[in-house]
Amino acid sequence: MSSDLSTQFIEQLEHCFDNKKAVKICGHGSKKFYGRQVDSSLETLDTKNHQGIISYQPTELVITAKSGTSISDIKTALDEKNQMLAFEPPQFNNQGSIGGMVACGLSGPSRPFAGSVRDAVLGVTCINGKAEKLVYGGQVMKNVAGYDISRLMTGSMGTLGLLLDVSIKVMPKPEHEITIVLEQNTEQALKTWHKLGNQALAISASCQLNEKLYIRLSGNNAAVKHAQSIIGGTEHEKGTQFWQQLRDHELAFFNDSRPLWRLSLAPATMILNLAGDTLTDWAGAQRWIKTDEPADIIRQLSESHGGHATLFNPIDNSIEPFHPLASGVASIHKQLKQAFDPVGILNPLRMTSNY
Amino acid sequence: MQQQPDTSGYHGDREALASALQSVLPKDAVLSQAETLKAYECDGLSAYRSTPYVVVLPETIEQVQQVLQICKRLKTPVVARGAGTGLSGGALPHKRGVLLSLAKFTRIIDVDKANRCASVEPGVRNLAISEAAKPYGLYYAPDPSSQIACSIGGNVAENSGGVHCLKYGLTVHNIQQIKMLTFDGELHTIGGSGLDAAGYDLLALMTGSEGLLGIIVEVTVKLLPRPDTVQVLLASFDDIADAGNSVANVIAEGIIPAGLELMDNAAIRAAEDFIHAGYPIDAAAVLICEIDGPYDDVNEQVKRVSKVLKSSGAKEIRVASDDAERQKMWAGRKAAFPAVGRISPDYYCMDGTIPRHQLAAVLTRITELSNEYGLRVVNVFHAGDGNLHPLILYDANIENELARTEELGEKILKACVDAGGTITGEHGVGVEKLNAMCLQFNSAELQQLHAVKYAFDPDGLLNPGKAVPSLHRCAEFGAMHVHHGEIAFPEIERF
Repeated sequence: MSSDLSTQFIEQLEHCFDNKKAVKICGHGSKKFYGRQVDSSLETLDTKNHQGIISYQPTELVITAKSGTSISDIKTALDEKNQMLAFEPPQFNNQGSIGGMVACGLSGPSRPFAGSVRDAVLGVTCINGKAEKLVYGGQVMKNVAGYDISRLMTGSMGTLGLLLDVSIKVMPKPEHEITIVLEQNTEQALKTWHKLGNQALAISASCQLNEKLYIRLSGNNAAVKHAQSIIGGTEHEKGTQFWQQLRDHELAFFNDSRPLWRLSLAPATMILNLAGDTLTDWAGAQRWIKTDEPADIIRQLSESHGGHATLFNPIDNSIEPFHPLASGVASIHKQLKQAFDPVGILNPLRMTSNY
Repeated sequence: MQQQPDTSGYHGDREALASALQSVLPKDAVLSQAETLKAYECDGLSAYRSTPYVVVLPETIEQVQQVLQICKRLKTPVVARGAGTGLSGGALPHKRGVLLSLAKFTRIIDVDKANRCASVEPGVRNLAISEAAKPYGLYYAPDPSSQIACSIGGNVAENSGGVHCLKYGLTVHNIQQIKMLTFDGELHTIGGSGLDAAGYDLLALMTGSEGLLGIIVEVTVKLLPRPDTVQVLLASFDDIADAGNSVANVIAEGIIPAGLELMDNAAIRAAEDFIHAGYPIDAAAVLICEIDGPYDDVNEQVKRVSKVLKSSGAKEIRVASDDAERQKMWAGRKAAFPAVGRISPDYYCMDGTIPRHQLAAVLTRITELSNEYGLRVVNVFHAGDGNLHPLILYDANIENELARTEELGEKILKACVDAGGTITGEHGVGVEKLNAMCLQFNSAELQQLHAVKYAFDPDGLLNPGKAVPSLHRCAEFGAMHVHHGEIAFPEIERF
């Protein structure tokens, strides 16, 4: 089933623009918890029924779909042609729309090896805060006509535009995939990553948790065997399930009431001096930390390693979920918000308390 | 062609501007004499020329900040320039503005083996980064054909590609942080040491922004481990459509080669005459396919690719037997542009990108247009990612031939847009494709792009008149190109 609500959305946003009335954009609601919590009395703009695959040409390595299309439907279509979303978008509660995927900009375990959702975004059709329908990018791999608005939209949490459809680069599935496990603590894992990172091996994911280093190998038989012969370890019988549970935060590690922080850091950053428990993903570049340490401490530490920290499970807005920006960069953000949404009707206060 | 991007700019005396700039810069870092300015009047697109009012060559970020502050105060446009190899006139000087050369920013600040990245100044050459990383077994993947000369700052400004984009991505996929100055002289750090940063993706926005949003003063690039083995196949075809289809067939097999390049017969002949790479000169097309990875993996993929190419109609497939042969196979492709330069007094390189399945239709259209205009067109093609480089051969000494060439070029780009593609895959818009931008974007889309510029540069003085056309320009252009009887940009008054 496919349906197109573009006209309705444009009319709704025209009305909002004329009346300076804000909306909150919602897809499948699977990432509603993520980011700042917005005023629940705001009118909802629901993209769930704006759905359907517009085009999919496997040999062009691109799929275009309306924003409300579920990630599952996209994956089913790709499965038939033995292709995949290489960046492994999370599907919390097994849900999620492709619009929400792009708007939140979250990528899964494969991110350091296969790129991010932002890397895969080739084009968008969106409606800005003036209710204008705009098309940027396209369905081709290379496109430098105009500023890269498609990637700017990625991760902007619906504050710059309502996504109508998105074109995403897809990749062939690997022929063969195994997961190997080594008995290593975080310190040892960081050394292993350092050593392996300087070799071209068929690694497609790697994380460290509970004294174990998990490495996924993907590619043709020869490539996987080659990597396995270098790394060693024992084969994980339920590797596929493990990475899916990591991607969707279903591992026991995530079942915890403490604040969950996502730290994005220089990958070789040594173990951080923070109380709590850590799952180190992305070969060191992403650290999930359950801790009651104060936000300021966590953020200072992240900055000192060239990174940033996101409170991933905010309860209210008492702690800003997203890392505060340097003042100059914050002012560019404000100007950009003004450029796309001059009266502030799109997801106000979803990313920052400033707009 | 003497170009004048716009009529604004510094209206005072040249020496007054030079002297104001001299007060903050070292001796010899300000050029204002006609003979010294001449070297800067064009970039790699030499058909467009304009003499800058003053050229500055600062050596430190503080000096660039001071230059910007002076230019802001004097309402003087600033055009940044790296190595000047750009192919769309992005660094074409403003005749009443300052050309800001970053040629002295050539320091490799740090190669970080542990985090596999390198921080460099913007004037560092693309290839110099890979050379600096080589002792660590690492390299910087994007390799535009000008990589021996082009600088990383320019690569970021243009989002440069190269022959390995299909597997390794463009510049935007291979950088993690930049430091840049806005026109008010404020220094900003965009991106970070991790794989993402907080806030909007300004790193992506800055990449390919052609010097309109900020001046890049430092770039941190990602480095990749060098593949163990690299192998190259050369396949020849009797029909260029078969060659085009073979690319889709390789991908359908689940293989993403490191490079996939296609040349038509005219390009094959020109390259062979020049380089003697052993190309089959009677073939309608050759496809060069590079595979990299671990040794066994590469061998397996070479076998599979050979099979696919054969079943797609390749009449001959050669696999390089050693490194020398591999280099030779690439040499012809890499020298294709200068090779064409030998058979024609001038050539004009286009950069449209199309969905690959449209290749045969677009090539047919290019042949029709070539015959219609009586101008020869040679095609080289980054086949893997659908990026066409038709080279239009012309003679600038023949009256009107450049104008006809540009008109033919615009029609080729229109064919690319009509086929679902874009007017520029990797060379940028610059001044060259301003009209073509009007074919791809409507007025609301262009206005949104102008608003983005305003967010960074409210004075509108960073590289003004480039990359995004004014609505009036599109209205005038649209008046010449009425589509389906509809006037483009109807909301603009026409005088």
